Amino acid sequence: MAAALSIAAEALSERRRLRVRGAVQGVGFRPFVHRLALRYELSGFVLNDSDGVLIEVEGVRLDAFIGALEQEPPPLARIDSLEIATVPSTWRGGFEIRESIGGRTQTRIVPDAGVCSVCLEDLFDPSSRFHLYPLVTCTDCGPRFTIVRALPYDRARTAMATFPPCEACACDYADTTGRRFHAETIACPACGPSLSHPIETIAEALAKGRIVALKGIGGFHLMCDARNETAVAELRRRKRRDAKPFAVMVANPASVDQIAVPSAAEHALMALSARPVVLLRRREGLAPSVAPRLDRLGVMLPYAPVHHLVFHAMARGSVEPLSHSAAQPTVLVATSANLGGEPLIIDDEDARRQLAGVADLTVTHDRQIVVRTDDSVMAVIAGAPAYLRRARGFVPEPIELKGDGPPALGAGGLLKATVTVVRGREAFVSQHIGDLRNAATISFYEETARRLLETLDVRPEAIGCDLHPDFPSTRFAARLAQGHGARLVQVQHHVAHIAAVAAEHRLTGPVLGVALDGHGLGADGGAWGGELVQLDGADWVRLGHLAPLPLPGGDRAAREPWRMGVAALTALGRADEAARWFADIPLAVDVAHLCLTPAGVSTTTSMGRLFDAAAALLGVCPYQSYEAQAAMELQALVRTPRVLPDGYRLAAGVLDFRPLLATLPELRSDPVLGAELFHGVVVQGLTAWIAEAASRRHLKQVALGGGCLMNAVLAEGLSAALRDRGLEPWLPRAAPANDGGLSLGQAALARIHAGHAVAS
Amino acid sequence: MNRAGYARRLDLQHGRVDMSHGSGGRAMAQLISEVFHPAFANEWLSRGNDQAAFDAPVGRMVMSTDAYVVSPLFFPGGDIGSLAVHGTINDVSMAGARPLYLSASFILEEGFALADLKRIADSMGAAARDAGVPIITGDTKVVERGKADGVFISTTGVGVVQGGLDLSADKARPDDQVLVSGFIGDHGVAIMSKRQNTAFDTDLVSDSAALHGLVADMVAAAGLGLRVMRDPTRGGVAAVLNELAQQSGVGFLIEESALPIRPQVVAACELLGLDPLCVANEGKLIAVVAPEFAQSLIEAMHAHPLGRDATIIGKVVEDDHHFVQMTTSFGGDRIIDWLSGEQLPRIC
Repeated sequence: MAAALSIAAEALSERRRLRVRGAVQGVGFRPFVHRLALRYELSGFVLNDSDGVLIEVEGVRLDAFIGALEQEPPPLARIDSLEIATVPSTWRGGFEIRESIGGRTQTRIVPDAGVCSVCLEDLFDPSSRFHLYPLVTCTDCGPRFTIVRALPYDRARTAMATFPPCEACACDYADTTGRRFHAETIACPACGPSLSHPIETIAEALAKGRIVALKGIGGFHLMCDARNETAVAELRRRKRRDAKPFAVMVANPASVDQIAVPSAAEHALMALSARPVVLLRRREGLAPSVAPRLDRLGVMLPYAPVHHLVFHAMARGSVEPLSHSAAQPTVLVATSANLGGEPLIIDDEDARRQLAGVADLTVTHDRQIVVRTDDSVMAVIAGAPAYLRRARGFVPEPIELKGDGPPALGAGGLLKATVTVVRGREAFVSQHIGDLRNAATISFYEETARRLLETLDVRPEAIGCDLHPDFPSTRFAARLAQGHGARLVQVQHHVAHIAAVAAEHRLTGPVLGVALDGHGLGADGGAWGGELVQLDGADWVRLGHLAPLPLPGGDRAAREPWRMGVAALTALGRADEAARWFADIPLAVDVAHLCLTPAGVSTTTSMGRLFDAAAALLGVCPYQSYEAQAAMELQALVRTPRVLPDGYRLAAGVLDFRPLLATLPELRSDPVLGAELFHGVVVQGLTAWIAEAASRRHLKQVALGGGCLMNAVLAEGLSAALRDRGLEPWLPRAAPANDGGLSLGQAALARIHAGHAVAS
Repeated sequence: MNRAGYARRLDLQHGRVDMSHGSGGRAMAQLISEVFHPAFANEWLSRGNDQAAFDAPVGRMVMSTDAYVVSPLFFPGGDIGSLAVHGTINDVSMAGARPLYLSASFILEEGFALADLKRIADSMGAAARDAGVPIITGDTKVVERGKADGVFISTTGVGVVQGGLDLSADKARPDDQVLVSGFIGDHGVAIMSKRQNTAFDTDLVSDSAALHGLVADMVAAAGLGLRVMRDPTRGGVAAVLNELAQQSGVGFLIEESALPIRPQVVAACELLGLDPLCVANEGKLIAVVAPEFAQSLIEAMHAHPLGRDATIIGKVVEDDHHFVQMTTSFGGDRIIDWLSGEQLPRIC
């Protein structure tokens, strides 16, 4: 009877070959397939190759298998495509996971993921082999992008190659029923990497107000007790970091509410497996030096197991036994360990040497970080998540563009540089690299670009870069274009910002583009930054700009908002008041004179410098120690934006806020009112400006780009007002609004140019 | 020269250059004999030939040519004339050479004041005499109004360098020391202060000077230890170091705190937002020297008036990127960029 049935089943048996593409390696996909094959009693094999995952299955319940494959993939997997072909039956029983096959890569690496809840249980389960093991992982969590040297994803091609699994780990690896079946990162205290110091030593140092450098997933953090002003101030002193806010880490979601007022959407962002730093409205209670004069605070949840262990150890005195869900009072500053604008430290020896004068204790582990990746930073802006910095946990996840095209690369700008490579319809934006001002960052930048091209196996046909001749990225792009015989496409800075927004939202046809930004070299050689353009494919035309203000001292004006304050006074015909409003700045009178000398200064149409001017006139931030400090401090004062009857003038596409600026010096006694008027009138003026152009040009879609859109008051006010006018505003969502998104726009435009070249 | 042939003497007070002064006729001869001959006065020029003949010296000949355009023509510490003499003497000297003779050619704009031309010629003559390097041949052309800016001058210099000394931009090697002969940025700031005289006042004067005397002392002190010398004119110290880095295939590491910069230059650069490293000099040199010769070289420089403030500012390092890096007073390193042109704002 049984034999007869078996023969009948074999007669019905078919063999299928399944090709799965997408983020399917290093996410437990093969074990998942293996489990499904067992569940549906199929024979065959699964393997990783350079195209993704290849499956051959044979049996009766093939349709159920395919349905389950599509419906219940592992948490970190993303299936882009599934191709199914029928192949001749081999009549061989059993199901196996075969060795990976290398070659040209069409697959991709997946982002790193914070420790999952099941591994967390192992971590604190005294009966588990992984009890208190600071590098516990499984197929659902742990490092990926940061430890991969090459594809396909196999232990031998990761930083784990030097740790052969012990017998127990090898068993787990082979156990088809477990979460660690084919977990390439599997390791335990017996065989895996280990921490250089006991957790108790770290906790004790932090409790005593010491500064600890702690190796994490994508780099080192500098940590200290965020409630201890002496410790935080000392960290600022040693890191030579004046006022730029520090991010903090708390033990768990329940602890966030002690220091901030997160919305449900913000809570959800924090809980993403990427564990980004999320900007939240803050409460009192932390050391004042954590984020001076700002109303927001960057908060993140622990993502590496070692973070959980540290919080666990620090709480042991007061909370016994430790509950994972109860609020913990401990708040730790967790800031990137780097010095003077250099890249994040990832190497143990570099950490010990470079942080010798900064950290009291440097904690490493011997799992090498292969790819440097900073913490990602996000905020809820105008009701939806936006990146302020896109890196760990999100990179190298691609952004899908509209339609296919030739391969292209975007080289980025100068500050907060990223590189984008477009392959097919997917745009791979690199992790945040940093400011290309020193040799180490430039080297990291070039290495990132090369690695991206290599892992994606792409030869770009067009390379987009900025117009500015002196950006290292522009020079790199020119060299690369020459090397690849690719077309070099120099893209105006603000057009790139707008193109990035149009690309990620897959906007087609002509769009109105608005760039609200600090500075970019204009097509006419000017200093642009408050621009209204019409963008149609790769063609664009400048429809308008902010009224120019003097830019006394070039880059110096960007670091010293008081100069823009003086520039505004001279533009108002009130140069003689420079000494009055900037009495404590001896150079103010000279700068006023300079502004009145035609040969002395260039001008700028920058929105960022307009913010600087307003902040300076209100006495808010005459000198800034980090980028956009004045604008952030100004925004922090705003509760309800207010408007003025005649705060701006609009003529022939030129938007002039001088009437608004004229009111500000006298509002020094009430900077809150000044800041509220400034934000309100700016939104009002921008709305009128954009709506006027939209109706003249018969356009509805408005792409908003540029660093100023990280100002939530501005972004929310403007997009709401534009919607009220019947327009469709689009904000940057998939890449940062600031120069971190430039490379995406450049790549998108370069791709269009290359497409034209092919067509013609 | 037969002056009696001219109708009347040039009006050197109120007269202006006209097209006839470049015609090759009598008017041109008069201009030469009344303006340039008295100013440059030397035996070669007084023979009135279209060329000058001189004995070839023993050693390797060095030759350099340069064109001078500057606005304003007269500035604190010099003018276009003295600049045209000093600049070319310095270019010849940077080979470690002794400059011998100069030539000069002038492009004059119609309507240019003869008084200014005389002042410039006299200044050139004085500079050449002081340097002991005579201007022995020359030429003059006049272009229509609007086709030049007052006066453009080209000078060419020849000199001789002693056997065995072969300074070249491709010779910097890791660990070599980098010296600058004195305060940087004076010339550029003096010019800018004049150009924007309403904007800021400074008592700064151009450093325009002939450096061959200093160079002779340096060659005597460090001889074959000298790798290369350059005068950091347009583009400043930043451009020179970047050129040397590229040509030698090395990097440079400069100490910000070691850079000699006058407070007035710092203040002017602060006001205008300029980097003193990118500002022009006309009487300074950068020398790269083998480390074992650095001390004797700097002592020799200190003994010369034009090298009194000489300083070691950094060293040559291995670097595949050929970066010029500066250790700032904040501790971090930053790249000293080789700009494509003007200093453009970059902060986004």
